[in-house]
Parts: sequence; C-alpha cells; structure tokens
Amino acid sequence: MQINLKLNGKLIKEEIADELLLIDFVRKHGCYSVKRGCETANCGLCTVFLDGKPVLSCSLLAARANGREVTTLEGLQEEAEEIGSFVANQGAEQCGFCNPGFMMNAIALFRENPDPTDEEILEYLSGNLCRCSGYEGQLRAMKNYIAWKKEKQEVGA
Amino acid sequence: MKVVNQPVMKKDAMSLVTGKPVFLDDVVPDNALVVKVKRSPYAHALIEEIKIDTALKVPGIEAIYTYKDVPDIRFTMAGQTYPEPSPYDRLILDQRVRFVGDAVAIVAGENEKAVEKALRLIKVKYQELEPVLDFHTAKDNPILVHPEDNWESKCPVGADNKRNLCASEVSGHGDIEAVLKDCDLVVEHTYHTKADQQAMMETFRTYTNMDAYGRLNIISSTQIVFHVRRIVATALGIPKSKVRVSKPRIGGGFGAKQTLVAEIYPAFVTWKTGKAAKMIFTREECQIASTPRHEMEVTVKVGADKDGRIRGIDMYTLSNTGAFGEHGPTTVGLSGHKAISLYGNLEAHHFAYDVVYTNHMSAGAYRGYGATQGIFAVESAVNELADRLGMDPVKLREKNMVRQGEVMPSYYNEVNASCALDRCMARAKEMMHWDEKFPARDMGNGKIRSVGVAMAMQGSGISGVDVGSATIKLNDEGFYVLRIGAADMGTGCDTILAQMAAECLSCGVEDVDVFGADTDGSPYDSGSYASSTTYVTGMAVVKACEKLKHNIIARAAQILDCPEEELEFDGKTVSGEKGRVPLADIATSSMCGNNIPMEVSESNSSPTSPPPFMVGMVEIELDKETGVVELLDYVAVVDCGTPVNPNLARVQTEGGLGQGIGMALYEDIQYNAKGKLWNNSFMQYKIPSRLDVGRLRVEFESSYEESGPFGAKSIGEIVINTPSPAIAHAVHNASGVWVRELPITPEKIWKGMQEKNED
Repeated sequence: MQINLKLNGKLIKEEIADELLLIDFVRKHGCYSVKRGCETANCGLCTVFLDGKPVLSCSLLAARANGREVTTLEGLQEEAEEIGSFVANQGAEQCGFCNPGFMMNAIALFRENPDPTDEEILEYLSGNLCRCSGYEGQLRAMKNYIAWKKEKQEVGA
Repeated sequence: MKVVNQPVMKKDAMSLVTGKPVFLDDVVPDNALVVKVKRSPYAHALIEEIKIDTALKVPGIEAIYTYKDVPDIRFTMAGQTYPEPSPYDRLILDQRVRFVGDAVAIVAGENEKAVEKALRLIKVKYQELEPVLDFHTAKDNPILVHPEDNWESKCPVGADNKRNLCASEVSGHGDIEAVLKDCDLVVEHTYHTKADQQAMMETFRTYTNMDAYGRLNIISSTQIVFHVRRIVATALGIPKSKVRVSKPRIGGGFGAKQTLVAEIYPAFVTWKTGKAAKMIFTREECQIASTPRHEMEVTVKVGADKDGRIRGIDMYTLSNTGAFGEHGPTTVGLSGHKAISLYGNLEAHHFAYDVVYTNHMSAGAYRGYGATQGIFAVESAVNELADRLGMDPVKLREKNMVRQGEVMPSYYNEVNASCALDRCMARAKEMMHWDEKFPARDMGNGKIRSVGVAMAMQGSGISGVDVGSATIKLNDEGFYVLRIGAADMGTGCDTILAQMAAECLSCGVEDVDVFGADTDGSPYDSGSYASSTTYVTGMAVVKACEKLKHNIIARAAQILDCPEEELEFDGKTVSGEKGRVPLADIATSSMCGNNIPMEVSESNSSPTSPPPFMVGMVEIELDKETGVVELLDYVAVVDCGTPVNPNLARVQTEGGLGQGIGMALYEDIQYNAKGKLWNNSFMQYKIPSRLDVGRLRVEFESSYEESGPFGAKSIGEIVINTPSPAIAHAVHNASGVWVRELPITPEKIWKGMQEKNED
C-alpha cells in the first residue's frame, strides 16, 4: 500500500508492506534514535510522536501514520540537547540505549506540564524502563532542568 | 587531585542523550544476511531427522546449517582467561538438544520474512528424552545432560560429566564441627535465589563480514573482544589470526555480554558463505536462550555465643548451571568467599559446593556473580541470628564485621588492606535513623513500617589472572589518544580511565581521546568483568602515562640539550634552567628526526583483589491485608576506595540497587513441568519501573587502597548485593515472616502470615 506522511518535517510518499511497523519504517529512514527493547510494548524505547503525542512505534503499523505527522528525536535535537545536558550532568544516561525514548516522553511531559511535581514526573515517565540507572539520577536531572527553566524565566521577566 | 574524584561528564553523554546512531544496529551496513536460529521445543531430545530441503527453497534464503555441518569441536562460550574453568561442553549445533530453546539449526537469508518462513519449514523429528529439571536430583542422576566422551574440563574444578557435575569443591579453615558444637546458638537455614535475567535494554547482537585481508571481522555488543576472538576461532577451528573483533557503544551488559550468546551464529554464516551477516536477538530469545544468573540454594549455619560473638560459618551451595557450564565453576566460589569474609576473626569456616547440569537454559555471568546469592543467604542468616539472640542486628554486625588489617581466611588469605565498612555502617545508621525505626512501627491503618539491613563486599578483578593494558600516545598540538581493550558498556570506563590519564599528565579530560575496544587496535585486556576495569586497567593507565611523561621529558632534554633530571613537566610545558619547551612543540618535534617513542603501552595484573564494602538499609511499608511491600527509602553507604568519578559511582550504585530491588521483589523465573520457561517477555518478567524503586540515597565512606589507581577499588558489582537480604529482613520485622526464597512476593508474605496466625 502507499502512504503519505511527514517525518520530522519532511514529506514522504512511499509504497510499503501492509504489516510494516512504524519503528521499522522510521529506522529505514535513518531515524536510528528509535530503539527496540522488547516486542511487547513494555519498555518505551521506541517512543515517537504521532501528531505531537507520544506513541509506541513498535505497536503501531506504519500504515496508521498515513496522512499524519511523525516526529522522532532526530527532529527534536534542540530540546534533546537542552534537557539531555541535565541528564548528562548526572551521569544518568549510562548505556544510553533507553535515552531516546525517555527523552521523547520527557519532552512530551514538559510540553504538557511545564512544572510537574516529582510524583507527576515519575508517573508520566513510568513507561520508560531503564536497567542501568535506578531512575534516581534521571529524576534529579528533571528537577534540575525545571529549576533552571524557572530561573531563566525569572531572569527574563 | 584535579581530575580524579571529580564529577566529569561522560565523554559520550551528549551523543547518547540526543539519540545519535552509535549502537551496533545503527552503524553496521544494512546489506547483511539476517541470521536466526531454530530452537528446540523439548528440554531434552535427540534429533533423529532434520529436513531442510523445503526451507531452502524459500526465495532469499542463503543457507541453512544443522549439526551435520558444524565442526566436531567442543568449546565454552564463557568469556574467561584461557584455560577457561568453564568446561568445553558445547558444539555450535548438536544432535542432542538440552533445553527448550537450544539451537537446532541456523538460517541465513536476505530478509527477516524469508528467514522466519524458512524456520517454520524446517522439519525436525525428535526422540524425546526424559529431562533433568530438578537441580536437587541432578547430581549422580542416571540421566546425563552431557554423556558425550569428548566433553572436557580444562581446569581442576571438580567436574565430572558422568555425574552431571560442572564443578565441586570443599574448603575451609579450623574445625568447623567442633566450633559449632561449642557455640551457644547455631542458626541453620536454606536460601533460594533464582536465575534472574540481566535484562540489559539492548539485546544480544553481532555483525560479521570478511574484511579486505580475508579475515573474519566481528563487530559485536560485547564486554570481551579478546575472548570473543579466541573462542570464535576455537569453535570454527581456524587460526586466531583470521579473526578481528571490535565493539561499538554497548546498550548495557551486566555480565550478559561476557558470554558469546550471539556471536558464533553469524560468524559461522560469514565464514561459510563469505557474506556479511547479522544476528539480533529478540527479547524473547534473551529471556529463554541466554545466560542468566545461576540459580542457587545456599544452606548456611552460623554459630555464635550468647553475647553475639560469631565464631563459625558453615556453608553449602548447590548451583544450577543449566544445560551448559558457562561460568558455573567460578560463580559458585564467590557465594562463599565474598559472603563469609564479611565476618572477621572466625574460629573456623567451611564452604562446600556442587554445581550441577540440568535441562534448563545455561546460566552465566550476572553482576554480583555468585556473591549476590551467597550474601542473600549469609546476611539473612545473620539477621535471623540477631533475632534469635534478641540483639540489634546492627550491633551484632558492629561486633563481628571484618576490619581493616585483618587476614581473611575465606578470601584467599588476603589481608584486608583498605576497609571502611565500620564507617559505612555508622553513616547508614545515622542516615536511616536506625535506632528510632528498628524494628517496626504500626501505622494504625493496616500498614506497618519497618527497616532492614545488610552488608556486602565484592572483589576488584580476579587476582593473579586479569590483565589490563593501556596505550597512550602524544599527538600533534599535544593531545593524547588512550587505547584500551576494556569495554565501556555504559558504565563510563572510557571517561574514568581518561580522567586517570589526565590526572597523570596534568591535562584536561578533553585532551584525552579514548579508543576501544578492538583486538587489532587495542592492547590486550581480559575485558570488562569481575569489577576489574577501574582497579586493574586503571593501574595500567597510570603506569603507561608515567612512562610517556618520562619520554616527553627525555625529548625535551634533547631539544634543550640538558640532563633530564633538570626538567619538569607541568602538563603544558617542560621547563628547567636552560629554558622551556611547550608540549605542542615536543609533539611536533617527535615526528621529525626522533627516536624516543611518544606512544607507550603498559600492562597490569594484581596479585590481590581488594574488596569494596558497603552497607544497605531499607525502610518499607507492608500492607498486613495483602502482603504488598512498598519501598520508602533505601540508604546505601559504599566504600569503593577513591570514587574516580563521584557522579558515575553514584549512578552505578543507584542502578545496582534498582536491579537488586527487582531481584528481591519482582523478577521470577518459572518453568512448566516440561521445562518450558514462562517468563519469556517483559510482560511476565517484571523489571522495576521508576514507580517501584522508592527513594535511593547514596553516600561514600572511602578507604584508600594503596595498590589501586589513586586509591580506587571497584564499584560495578557490589551494589546489587544488599537489597535482597535487607528487604527480606525488613519484611520479617514487619510481618514476622522470613521469606527465604526470592522473589519476596506479596503471596509468600501473606501465606507466611496466615501460617503464623494458625500456629
């Protein structure tokens, strides 16, 4: 079948196999940040945005993205660097394999809720598994990012 | 120290957080053959007939291999220094299949769809055999997992395939029977730990091709490039010179990638076909056909006097290595050596073990490597002893813990040269407010809050065995390249080794580029395992940098025409009375008319393995109605010697605690009556999410290890060891129930509470 979609701002028209999963489609188009960590929609590593909302690309047919807009971390490099530097400052990225999926949901979280509580952070990101960090360093990073953002706004105001 | 002991950002951090393509499947060409393995549905069977003709006709299929096609050479996939203690008990493919998931055939084809189809079309007729599924009955069972005559154990580890024995040993000091008989109280219990999965986020994966020189080039997500080279060459029956192995960034290892789980299959395909090949394990394959932790049952007797003096420990470990012996003979030793040795001045100890073959998937190396299992047993038994003595378990430990300067008879008679375990305990107690919280408080709402404690130790490398090496080179403008054979699997060893180099050479971490690991380009290193990299390879970095510094000064002496002794190097300039030469000029001059090497290599091995120590304390809230446990607070105080990078040491600790919490509370391995594993995905095998770990608080109480680089010992493994015994202890303090089998599920707690009520 043929699909038309926007991937990181670029229009793509392509003939695809019906059963092609979105994760395999975006990786084929060079979006290697999107990782497969399980096959059962448990780990969150394959998170992408579909029309701006986070979805698991391992559990979505590429066909479902027809006529819609798909965004991966490749298309969000500025935000990734800004938020990611706080993770890096904690050493909480560790192996880094789960980071892209985690960053996608962190970006989604801050778009929805710029000033979340600790509980809201943990809840929102609970679908992103990480086997290296014990999550504590990621939480410190998110809190430091929020504090920095607030400080920046205050200085700006 | 200016660079060491600083929270430097990992050199690859920004690439990782922004999702750059740096992992295996991001960097290898996509024209490789897809390789998959057909797996056995039976726990024990002989292949009577295997038909591949129909499968071969599937368009796009390149090759299918069965046991008839592979060399008759037995080998081990365990990444260990040669001669490996693990027995040579595998063929690439065998006519006998030994667990549900064992490899039956290798299929290579142009795409996944074709390969999947061919896998289904291979027809196998099996002669089903009775399996050995209960590891209690494995030893001397008439059914043999490895009856073959070419099975071989290369080291004297007490192995005998005709008894289903992968290893056995008895060791000790003093007269344990007499000492225990003389004790006022002896506590004896058996503790059972499961074959937990490392569950690193990146599954096993390997890419292979033939290079321009006709050599087999292997790129793999591995902790052990040099062992992979040796083992693949051995298994294929080809010269080692024909194999090159390198690794890209690794998406977590935890010991899983200290075994050749994926490498051999694509390597075989490429060697036979000459074509590039790639194997990516599914998560299901990782769960059912990899190398998890050794299931162990540890029986401990701890003898003490009424005043709380621990006088003797007797321990027997039964370890289940599964269908193959990877890491079987070595993990089991740690269950005793790194648990009993937590207690000093024992009058006697006795430690015996059997490691048995069964028809379960093979076990392997997992962070903690046997110490985790042994420490769950010994620390639980000591907590039970405290309970029986009516003594505060912290006070009992303060009275008996091993101290700096003591000889450790159960730890290869090493002297405990650096140890802040006492300070770790004091600080943990303070952080947890132990005296106010021990043992428990009824919250009046059906919930009880309680605390638990455990100590832990590990090693720093394998004494007298592990070799770490480093090559450091001065380049144009005065920057350095550090080449290593150790593997950064996310731990940050590239960065901490660069920190050590920068400290030695008085420069910044940014002035040191790191290359590794590649069997052609790196100096020899046993690999990143056994908590060796910081301590063993770190010291090689220090030695190499000292030597290079000497050569830099020697070159400057030639330029300035003065004796070397008159000169000093401050990192930027070599100077003396006769003048000064900037480092950049020395670098440039070294490339013109120069005989002094600006690239030097050093190796390091240590006769000792100085243990890091730690104390873990947990506070939980237990629901009396349901047995559900919620973690409120986990305090860990660690003595890893000098933390080379406090940020990374902290995250290592938090990560190890997270894994340890999973092992303690959630992660279970269940087989059905025919030996099929139920927990074959992240749906059934629950690793902790961020809602499950509670609050983790980590501090360091550092001793100074003279034999380590800048006083450092290891950190990577020890951190997984305290959660199981500490949480089991807290559960007892809340419910009165000792759960002696992991994981500590609400069901087990609740049932225990019911039984107690009935008594």
